[in-house]
Amino acid sequence: MVSGLYNLALVTAQEGEHFELHAGDGGFWADTAGIMLVLPVLAFLLILVVGKRMKHKGGEIAVAALAINLVWASVLFYLNATGGVLDQTTFEIGRIGSGLVFELGWVVDGLSILMFWLVNFVGLLVFIYALGYMKGDKRVDWFFAAFSLFAGAMLILVGAPNLIQLIIGWEGVGLASYFLIGFYWEDLANVKAGNKAFMVNKLADVGLVLGAILVGVALGSWDFGDINLAAFEGNAELAAVAGVGGLLLFIGAMGKSAQFPFHIWLPDAMAGPTPVSALMHAATMVTAGIYLMARLFPLYEYMASDLRTTMIVIGTITLLGVGLLAIVADDIKKVLAYSTVSQLGYMMTAMAAGGYTAGLFHLFTHAAFKALLFLCAGSVIHAVHSNNMSEMGGLRKYTPVTFWTWIVGALALSGIGLSGFWSKDEILGTLSHEGYEAVMWISVAGAFVTAFYMARATFLTFFGTYKGHGEPHESPRIMTVPLIILAVPSALVGIVNIPGLSLGRLRNYTEWLSVRLVPMGDHHPEAIDWGLAMIGLAAALLGVLVGYAIYFKDAETQLERDSFEIPLLFPLLRKKYYIDDLALGIVALFTGPIARFVNWTNTYVIDIIPNAIGGSVKALGGFVYGVLDQKGVDGVFNGLSAATDGAGSVVRKWQTGRVQQYAAAVVAGALILVALFVFVI
Amino acid sequence: MTFPDWISEPVNWVFLVIGLTVLVSGFRVVTSKNVVHSALFLVATLAGTAGLFLMLSAEFVAWVLVLVYIGAVVVLFLFGIMITRAPMGFDDSLDGDHKVAPAILSVSVFVMMAWASIDAFGTSLVASTGTATSTELIGESLLGRFVIPFEVVSFVLLAALIGGITIARRDLTPAEEEERAAV
Amino acid sequence: MLLNQFLVLAAALFAMGVYGLLVRRNMVLILLSVELMLNAVNINLIAFESYLVTPEAVGQIFAIFVITVAAAEVGIGLAIVLMIFRNRKSANVDDLSLMRW
Repeated sequence: MVSGLYNLALVTAQEGEHFELHAGDGGFWADTAGIMLVLPVLAFLLILVVGKRMKHKGGEIAVAALAINLVWASVLFYLNATGGVLDQTTFEIGRIGSGLVFELGWVVDGLSILMFWLVNFVGLLVFIYALGYMKGDKRVDWFFAAFSLFAGAMLILVGAPNLIQLIIGWEGVGLASYFLIGFYWEDLANVKAGNKAFMVNKLADVGLVLGAILVGVALGSWDFGDINLAAFEGNAELAAVAGVGGLLLFIGAMGKSAQFPFHIWLPDAMAGPTPVSALMHAATMVTAGIYLMARLFPLYEYMASDLRTTMIVIGTITLLGVGLLAIVADDIKKVLAYSTVSQLGYMMTAMAAGGYTAGLFHLFTHAAFKALLFLCAGSVIHAVHSNNMSEMGGLRKYTPVTFWTWIVGALALSGIGLSGFWSKDEILGTLSHEGYEAVMWISVAGAFVTAFYMARATFLTFFGTYKGHGEPHESPRIMTVPLIILAVPSALVGIVNIPGLSLGRLRNYTEWLSVRLVPMGDHHPEAIDWGLAMIGLAAALLGVLVGYAIYFKDAETQLERDSFEIPLLFPLLRKKYYIDDLALGIVALFTGPIARFVNWTNTYVIDIIPNAIGGSVKALGGFVYGVLDQKGVDGVFNGLSAATDGAGSVVRKWQTGRVQQYAAAVVAGALILVALFVFVI
Repeated sequence: MTFPDWISEPVNWVFLVIGLTVLVSGFRVVTSKNVVHSALFLVATLAGTAGLFLMLSAEFVAWVLVLVYIGAVVVLFLFGIMITRAPMGFDDSLDGDHKVAPAILSVSVFVMMAWASIDAFGTSLVASTGTATSTELIGESLLGRFVIPFEVVSFVLLAALIGGITIARRDLTPAEEEERAAV
Repeated sequence: MLLNQFLVLAAALFAMGVYGLLVRRNMVLILLSVELMLNAVNINLIAFESYLVTPEAVGQIFAIFVITVAAAEVGIGLAIVLMIFRNRKSANVDDLSLMRW
C-alpha cells in the first residue's frame, strides 16, 4: 500500500482573496478518516448476516456504525474549524502503462469534512428515527442493511480523492437508493418508481462517466487535486477538453441532483419509506451533484465559464418551474419532494453563478431543515396512516411536538428568520454581485412560491379540523427526539455564516470551507446586504400571507379547502408539464424495437451455440438410448434370451414322456458311437 | 471257408434248423398281434437258444436257461399278462403307429453289428472240443475267480425279491390298518 | 462252425428285440422284447467263449450272471408294471407320458 501524502505547501493565498490558507494535516484523525468510509459498508454486510436475529433487526448495528463515524467527523470538524485540516491518503490499486493511476483513499479538507459531518449527523438522527418508524414492518433487516450501504457509499463519494472513487460512490448510492425506493416491492408502482429513478440516473451517468474519462485522459490524472490545480494554472491539455468535459460532468450532476429535465425521478421516489426520503432526497444523495460541481469548481470557474449560462438557465427553470408543482400536490411527501428539487435548483444556480460558498451553505442549511420536514411528514403519516393531505387537518392538537418542529422547518425553508433566511440571502447576494439581476428576481419569486406552498401544506395539515379516519396520536419518543434535535440546527445554523461574524475559535463557515487546495475565486460579502435581505424576507412573508388568506379557513372536506384554482396553470401543473408523459413516450418508442432486436439476437445469434450443443447432445442421447441401448445392448440380450427361449421351445418338444422314443434315441446314439469306433477309429 | 465247405458239415445243418427256428420265433415275438402268442413264441426262441448253447458245449448254461428263463421268467410274464388284463384275443392296437423309423433303426443296428463282426472275424472257426464244458469247471470258476460277483448277484436277487414284493404290495385300507395295529 | 454265424444270428435277434422295444405298446411286450435282446447277448457270449476257450469259462459264467440278472429284472419290471396298471388302469405305454413338456 502506498500512502500518498499530499503536498500542502503548494498553494498560498492568491491576490485578491481575503483569506490565507492555514491548515494542519489533521494528524491521527485524518490518517484514519478512512474508517468512516468502511464502517457503514461493514455494517451492511454484518446486518445481512446477523440482522434478522437482533431485537431491532440490525438497526442497532447501523446506528452504532454511524455513531462511531460521528466521533471522527466531529473531531475533524473541530480541528478544521479551529485550525483547518488538509490531508489526503490514497492507495494505488491499478495503473495503465505509466500514465493513468487508479487509486482509492480519502481526502480530508474543508469541503469533505463538512460533508462527512453532515452525512453522519443527519444520518445518525434519521437512523434512530427509523428504528421507531420501521418497527414491526417487514424486511426491516434488509432496510437497515441497504440504508447502511447507502450511507457508506455516500461517504465514499464525498471522501473521494479522485473521479474514479467518486463514480464508485455515485453508483453505490444509486444502487442503494434503487433498493430503498422499491423497498415495498409488492406494489408494482413502487417497483416502477425505483426503476425510473435508476434509469434516469443511469442516463445522466453516461455524461458523468464520459466526462470523467475525457478529463482524466486529457490531463493524465483523475485526482481532484491535480485537476483543480491544472485548472487554476491554466493547463493546456485540460483547457482543450474543459468545455465538453465540464458539460458532460454537469449532465451527470443534473441526474443525481434532479435538475430539469432529469427531475422526474425524485417525486416518484417518495414511494420509499419516509426515513429513506429524509436522508437520501433531502440531505445527502441528491446533493451529490452539487458536491461534484463544488469539487470541480475551479474547472468551471477558470476554464469552462461559458457553460455557466447553460447551468444557470437550467438551475433557474428547476428552481421556479418545479417549485410551482408543489402547489397542487396532495401527497405531503410530494410537496416536500418538489420543494427539494426547487432548492436544488437554488444551489445549482448559485454554484453556476460562481457562488461556491453560497451554494454550499444553502446545501448545509437545507440538509438540516429538509430532513426535519421529512421526518415530521413521516411522523404525520405514522399518525394518520395516509400520505394525503386530503385526509389530514387539525393535527396540531394531536401531534404537538411534530407540529412545532414542522413550523421551525417550514419557517427555515421559507427563508423567514431561521437558517434558510441566511442561506437564501447569501445566494441572492451572490447573484446580484455577479451581475445576474434577472436570475435574482426570479429567485425572489421562487422564495414567494416556496413560502406559499409551505403555508398551504401547513394550514391544510395542522389547522382546521381532522378529516381522516380514526384517532391520530403523537409518535413515540424514539421518533420525536430526533425531530427536536434536528430543529435546533434548522433554526440556528444560519449563525455560522452571517457575513462578517466569526464565532471566536470556531471561526465561521466560510473559513471552514476555505480550507482547500485551490482558491475558488468566489465572492464573500463583508457585511449583510440588508436591502437584499429585506426583499427576500418580504417575498417570503407575502407568500405566507397569501397562503393564509386562501387556505387557512376550515371547510367540510379538505378538497373544499384546497379548491383554489388558477385556470390553465393549475391543470398544467397537475400534469407536471407533461414531462413524465413525454419521457414515457420516448422510452416506449424505443424500447419496443430495441427489445425485439435484442430478443432476435438472443434467439438466433447468441442462442445458436447453446441450442446447437443442446440439440446435438439431445440427439446423441437419443442415439445412445435408442440405437445403442435399446437396439444394440438390449438387442443382444433380448436376442440371447429369444434364442434361448426358441431353443428351449424346440428342445423341450423332445421331452415327449414316451419311453419308446427315448429308447429309440438311445439306440440311435449308441449306433452312431459304434459306427464312430468301428469306421473312424 | 466257402459255403459248400460249410454246408457239408452236418453240424451246420443242425445249426441252420435251430437258427431258423430261433429267428422266426423271434420275429413272431415282436410282430404277433396276440399277446399270449408273443410269450409263447418267446418260449420257442429260448428253447432254440438252449439248443444253440448245447451245440457250443455250454451244457450247464443251456439247462440253466431252460430252467430259469422258460421255467420261471416266461411264467412270470404270463402272470403279468393275466394281471394287467391284456386283451386275450387278437388286438390290432398292440403295435404303435410309427413303425418305419424303428424298423430302419433296427435294420441299421443289425447291419452295423453284422458288418462289424464279419469284418473282425471273417471266417474264424469256433473251437469244437467235442466235450461239453464240465459243470465242475463252472463251479470252480463261480466260487473261485468270480466269487464276489456271485455273492453280489445273490444280493441282487434278494433285493429284487424284496423290491418286487414291496412294489407290488396292495396298500392297506384304513380299516385294515386299524385291524393290524390293534393286533 | 463259423463264429460269425452265431454272431450274425445274435445280431439279428438283437435287432428284432430293438424293433419290438420301440414298436410295442403293451408294457409287458416291451419287457418281452428286452428278454429277447438279453438272449441275443447270451448267444454272443457263449459263442465267444467257445471261440476263445478261456480256462475258467468266463463267457459262460458271464452268461449265467446275465440270466440271473435278467430274471431279477423281470421280477421287478413286472412288479412295476403291476403298480402302473393299478394306478392308471391301463398297461399301454402311451398313457404313461406324464413327464413331458
